[in-house]
Amino acid sequence: MGQMIKVGMADLKICKAPDAVTTLGLGSCIGIAIRDPQTKIGGLAHIMLPDSTQIKSQTLNVPKFADTGAKELVNQLIKAGANRMRLVAKIAGGAQMFSFQGTGNDMMAVGERNAQAVRKVLAELKIPILSEDCGLNFGRTVEFFPETGDYVIKAVGKPPKTI
Amino acid sequence: MEFKEIGAEMGGEETIMAGIYQQIRGDISGSIMFLLEEKSARVLVSKLMGVESNSSEPFNEMEISALQEIGNIITGSYLSSLSTLTNMTIDASVPSLCIDMCEAILSVPAIEFAELGDKMLLIKTEFSDDVKLEGYFILVPDLTSYEKILTSLGM
Repeated sequence: MGQMIKVGMADLKICKAPDAVTTLGLGSCIGIAIRDPQTKIGGLAHIMLPDSTQIKSQTLNVPKFADTGAKELVNQLIKAGANRMRLVAKIAGGAQMFSFQGTGNDMMAVGERNAQAVRKVLAELKIPILSEDCGLNFGRTVEFFPETGDYVIKAVGKPPKTI
Repeated sequence: MEFKEIGAEMGGEETIMAGIYQQIRGDISGSIMFLLEEKSARVLVSKLMGVESNSSEPFNEMEISALQEIGNIITGSYLSSLSTLTNMTIDASVPSLCIDMCEAILSVPAIEFAELGDKMLLIKTEFSDDVKLEGYFILVPDLTSYEKILTSLGM
C-alpha cells in the first residue's frame, strides 16, 4: 500500500501508483481526478469556483478555479511523464449544502455551476469523464487511486461508493 | 486564514458539525454562518427541549427547528452588536441548517470568500452556562459592505 496524500481546499497534487490522493469534505467544491492508466500517474484538484476570468483583481490562485486548476493538473501530470492522449477523468462534489444559497443571484447553485465548468474545461482538454458523482445535498470525502483508477466516494451516513 | 488550513483548525475536516446559514441584508449585505460541533449541538438542543437528544439517530424535525432557531438567536445578537458598532442596519433571513462534514459546510462561505480573495475570517466564540460550548462565526460581507464596515470602524 502506498501513501495517501492529502489535498486541501483550492489545492491540487499529483502522485504515482501505489500512492493515492484524497480530499476531505467536498461540499459545493469539485474534486477533479485525472490519471494516465498506463503509467499510473494521477492527481486530484479541489476547485472552488468555475471561472478565473470572472474574478477581477488578485494574484491568480490557480487551483481555486475549475479552468486554471484542471489545466494546471494536466500540465503537472504531463511533466511527470503522463501521456496527454491517454488521460481520463472522474469528478465528484458540487452539492448544494443549504436549502437556499443565494437570493436569486448566481450564488444560488455554485455547486452545479462548478460541475458545469469542470465538464466544459475537460471537454476542451479532450479528456473524457469516465464517471461522476455530483450534485444532491451532502458532503463527500474522496480518494483517488491512480493504480486502478478507483474513485472512492464517502459520505456521512452512507456506505462508501466506488465510481 | 488560508482555505487549506480551516478544516484542521476547526478540529478536523471530517468532523460532523451543524452549520446555520443566513443571508444578511440592509446597509451591510452578504451572509453569515454559525457552526458548532454536532456534540455541542446535541447538548444545546437537549437543554432547549428539556429532553436528551438521541445521538445515535439523526436530528429529528423538532430538533432541527430548535437548532435553526438557536442559530438565528445567536447570530441575531452578533449582528445586533455589529450593527450598533458600525451604526448600520442589518437584517438576517430565515436560517437554513446543514449537518455534515466540517469542510463540506465550510465550502459554502469559503466559496463566497474565494470571490474576494484567498483567505477567510473565522471568529471563535465560547459561551457557557453550566456547560461550556464553542462555536464559530463566519461573516462574509460582499465587497462593498466590507469596505463600508472598515470605514465605519475608522479603518
